[in-house]
Amino acid sequence: MISDRSFWLREHKATLLAFAAFVVMFTIYAANHPAGLNANVATTAANKGVLLAIVAMAQTLVVLTSGIDLSVGMVMILANCLASSIVVGSPLMTTVGVVGVLLVGAMCGAINGVIVIFGRLQPIVTTIATGAVYYGAALALRPVPGGDVNTSLADALTGHLPGGVPASLALLLAVVAVIWMPFRRSAIGRAAYAVGSSEVAAYMSGVPVRRAKFVAYTLSGLLASMAGLFVTFITYTGEASAANGNTYTLYSIAAVVLGGVSLFGGSGSAIGAIFGALMFRTIGDLLFVFNVEPLWQPLFQGVVLSAAVCLGAVRLLRVRNRLDLYG
Amino acid sequence: MAEAPSATTRSGRIVDIVDTLRRRIDPALAWAFGCIVLVLLVGSLYSSSFLSPQYLLQQLKVASFLGVIATGTMIVVLLGQIDLSVPWVVAVGGMMATAATGWGPLGEAMAIPVGIGCGVALGLVSGIGVAFLRIPSMVVTLAMNAVAQGLMVVHTGGFSPQDSSSRAMRFLATGNSVFGIPNAVLVWVAVGAAAVFLLTRTTFGRTVYAIGNRERAAYLSGARTRTVVMTAFALAGGLSAFGGVLLAGYASKAAQAMGDPYLLPAIAAVVLGGTSILGGRGSYIGTVAGVILITLLQSILSVMQMPEYGRHVTYGVVIVAMLLIYGRGRRTAE
Repeated sequence: MISDRSFWLREHKATLLAFAAFVVMFTIYAANHPAGLNANVATTAANKGVLLAIVAMAQTLVVLTSGIDLSVGMVMILANCLASSIVVGSPLMTTVGVVGVLLVGAMCGAINGVIVIFGRLQPIVTTIATGAVYYGAALALRPVPGGDVNTSLADALTGHLPGGVPASLALLLAVVAVIWMPFRRSAIGRAAYAVGSSEVAAYMSGVPVRRAKFVAYTLSGLLASMAGLFVTFITYTGEASAANGNTYTLYSIAAVVLGGVSLFGGSGSAIGAIFGALMFRTIGDLLFVFNVEPLWQPLFQGVVLSAAVCLGAVRLLRVRNRLDLYG
Repeated sequence: MAEAPSATTRSGRIVDIVDTLRRRIDPALAWAFGCIVLVLLVGSLYSSSFLSPQYLLQQLKVASFLGVIATGTMIVVLLGQIDLSVPWVVAVGGMMATAATGWGPLGEAMAIPVGIGCGVALGLVSGIGVAFLRIPSMVVTLAMNAVAQGLMVVHTGGFSPQDSSSRAMRFLATGNSVFGIPNAVLVWVAVGAAAVFLLTRTTFGRTVYAIGNRERAAYLSGARTRTVVMTAFALAGGLSAFGGVLLAGYASKAAQAMGDPYLLPAIAAVVLGGTSILGGRGSYIGTVAGVILITLLQSILSVMQMPEYGRHVTYGVVIVAMLLIYGRGRRTAE
C-alpha cells in the first residue's frame, strides 16, 4: 500500500519539479536584475510569461488526450486580429466583443475536434490544415497590421494591482480556477486522461471518448483565443503574422514538455505547463540579465532549451527492461 | 441454386475486374492524381498557357525543391516519427553552402558537399536523440531547429549572408540540360530513384517500413532498429539541407527564413500522397503526386490572383477535404 501523500507526490512529481526549477531560475533572475525586483520589472516579466502560459494550457488539454494541436498559434493570431476590430468602444460593446472573440476561438477548437473525432484524421495533420485556414481568416480581417482596442481594459489587465502584484497573474489564476480546475475535477476531465492513457481501454470501459476529446479541443481553442485577446491588450494592435503564430505553437510544445506533460498523453497537468512556460520565458530573460552577447542569445536559448527538454523527456532512466524501449 | 451460374456471366466478370482494379490501385494515389488532372483542367479553363510545356516544366522545377525536402520528410514519417527541424536545416544547407563558396576555389568546389554535410550532422544528432536516448522525435527536432537557428544567427551575425552561391549550385538549380529539361527536375528524379531503390530494394528500406508498423516486433525480429532510425534522420537532415542548397542556387543567395515555407507543405505533400502519418505505409510515387499537387495548387491560386488569405483558406480546406475522402483512420472499436 502506498500512503495518500506518497501517491500524491508521485502523481504530481513532474509539476512540482517544473515549479521548483522555475522558482530557482526566477530567483537568480530577480537577484541579478540591475533594477531589482520592482513592480514594473515583475509586470513586464509576468505579461510575457502569462501569455505563453495560456497558450501552453491550450496545448496541454489536447496533448493530454494524446493529440497535438499545431493550430494554437494560428487561433491566437485570429483572435488577436478579431479583437483588434471588435473589442472597442463602450463597456457594453467591449464585453460583447470579448465574448465574440472567445466564441470564435471555441468554435475553431470545436472544428478541430469534430474533424479529429468524426473525420478520424490524425490530429497533427488536421491542425496543420485548419491552422492554414485560421491564418487565412486572420489575414482577411487584417491584411495590414492595425486596429485598436479598449485601452482602459487593456491597461487594467496588463498593469499591476494596488499591491504591486501584476494583474496578469490574477488573470492567470482566474483562468486556472474557471477552466482548468473544473475540467480536471469533472468526469469529462478524467475521461480525457483515460483517453490519453489508452483510447481502446477507455472505449472498452464505457468512457465517453468522443465527448472527452471534443471538450478538450474546444477548451483548447477557447484558451488560445484568450491568449489572442491578451496579445491585443499588450500590443494594442492586430497583426496577422504567420511567423508569430508558428513561434507560439512551437514554444507551447516546448513549455508543455518542460512542464512535465507527457507527449504520449494521459499524464501531466496544465499547472505544470504553466510553470514550464514561465520557466521558458525566464531562460530568455536570464540571458538578457547576464549580458550575453545578443548574437549568441538564440544559440544559448536553443541549447538550454534542448538540454532541459531532453532531460525531461529521457525515458531511459525509467526503463525496466530492454523491450520497454520499443513501446 | 439456379442463380449460381450467373456469377460466371459476363456482367459478373466485369464486376470482378473492377473489383481487382480497385484493390490493386491505391485510392490515395488515384485521388491525388485525379486532383492533379482536375487542377490542370480548371487552370486551362482560366488560361490556355496552363497546359503549355514551358509552364508545366517551370512548375516541375519549382516542385523539385519541395520534392527533395519531402523525400527526407517521407522517410522519417514512414518510421512513425516526424521532423520539425526542416525550416532551419534547410537554411543551414543554403547558408553553409554559400559560405563555403566564399572561402576560395577549393571552398567553391566543396560548396554542395559542405552544405549537405552540415545537414547530415544535424540530422545525425536528432537521430541519436530519437534512436538511443528515446526522446520523442517531435521534441528532439524542435530543439534541433532552435539550435540550428542559434548557430546560423551566430554564423551570419544576424543578417542575411552576403556570399552568393557557387556556379555548380546555380547550374543545378536554374540550368537546363537535354531537351530543355531543368536540371532541378533531373536532380529530383535522381533523388527520387535513389529513394525508391532504398525503400523497396534494400534491408534498410524494409526495416524502415517494419519499424513504422511496430518497432517492438522489428526489434524482436533482429532488425537493427536503432541504427536504422538514426540513419533515417541523418538522411532526412541531408535531404533538407540539399533542398536548401538548391534553393540558395535558385535565388543565388541564402536568406534567414528561407526554410520556413517548407515544413508544413512537405508534411502535407507526404500525407496527401497516401503515406500514413503513423508510419509503415506509403509509396514514393504518392509523395511525388502530393508534391506536384501542392505546387500546382499554390501556383494556380496565385495565377488566378486570389488574395493571399483565400490561398491559405483554400490550401487548408483542400488538405482536409482530400484526407476526409481517403485518409481516415479506423474506428476505435475495430
